[in-house]
Amino acid sequence: MVRSGNGCDMVANGIDQSEHTDLDPLEGLIVSVERFPVEAGHIMMFARSIGDPNQCYYDDGSAESGGVIAPPTFVQASAQFDPVYPLRPQIGQVWFGSGSTPSGLTKPAPDAEPAGADELPDEGKGAEKKSSGAAAGGLHAEQHYTYHRHPKPGDVLSATSFPGKTWQKHSKRAGKLMFSESITEYRDQGGELVVTARGVGVRTEKVIET
Amino acid sequence: MSLSAAKLEVGQTFTQVVADDLTRTQIVQYAGASGDYNPIHTDNLFATEVAGYPGVFAHGMLTMGLTGKLVTDTVGDGTLTDFGVRFVNQVWPGDTLTATATVSAIRQEDGQHFVDLDLVTVNQHGANVITGTASALCQD
Repeated sequence: MVRSGNGCDMVANGIDQSEHTDLDPLEGLIVSVERFPVEAGHIMMFARSIGDPNQCYYDDGSAESGGVIAPPTFVQASAQFDPVYPLRPQIGQVWFGSGSTPSGLTKPAPDAEPAGADELPDEGKGAEKKSSGAAAGGLHAEQHYTYHRHPKPGDVLSATSFPGKTWQKHSKRAGKLMFSESITEYRDQGGELVVTARGVGVRTEKVIET
Repeated sequence: MSLSAAKLEVGQTFTQVVADDLTRTQIVQYAGASGDYNPIHTDNLFATEVAGYPGVFAHGMLTMGLTGKLVTDTVGDGTLTDFGVRFVNQVWPGDTLTATATVSAIRQEDGQHFVDLDLVTVNQHGANVITGTASALCQD
């Protein structure tokens, strides 16, 4: 459920945000996954990683929620089940993180063609050159979730993403700001909507100097 | 335990330290659990030499997840209906983050009670790292 009133807030706050320093680079904002099995062990690892000892993420005897449920931001981990998720090393392919050199892209590949910049996420495209952190790429500006119910072990979700609104604003510091929204619907094996996610990314015309 | 609408007041606050001296290892732990292995978060050599950052920094979604702990500790298990944030500033290893939820409304819809919360998470310098809102079902 996207409330129309929020759209205006979002635009207004988008301007404010751009005047702040760095935002997190856009990370896998758009995820479409055919099959996202929700597993108790995965929920446990996720809850540990956000430092949350709440027993409803660990103990199947938890009374209040009637068993284990997923933490509020867990559906982001559907990236694990995206076969071509660009922010996970792919077996047998060049990875843009460091190995013998600071970036896997800066050493010549012995046999295979090195991964082309086109195949890389925005942050990776700047890999050949040292650039300002907040490069003129995509930044993850907002993330919103609406819970129709909370995912639980045994659910097999699918995630379908589609573009939402786009809008532009101008900032003295960053030039033209291009906002784009993506909506992802997580449905269970019965086709029922479980979580609706709305991400907002912003692209800047100029590099924001930090 | 979910909140009771009768006991809530607009302006009431709930606060919690959700990260105390955030470690690089926790960032790596989040990368592993979420599946986001972007080396700007996990690989100091890449983050400094290639991406031009002072070092690795936390995923925005980790900060949202940490803030979610305050939210669910406040509203109870399985009662959350909406949760949204804006990413305002980056979070670095060593940061201590304090999340605060302020009751902005207590409302009734279709015979059910809901609480709306304004959220802000600040670092040890008092700078906002995320702001947001959440809504949850509560008891009468």
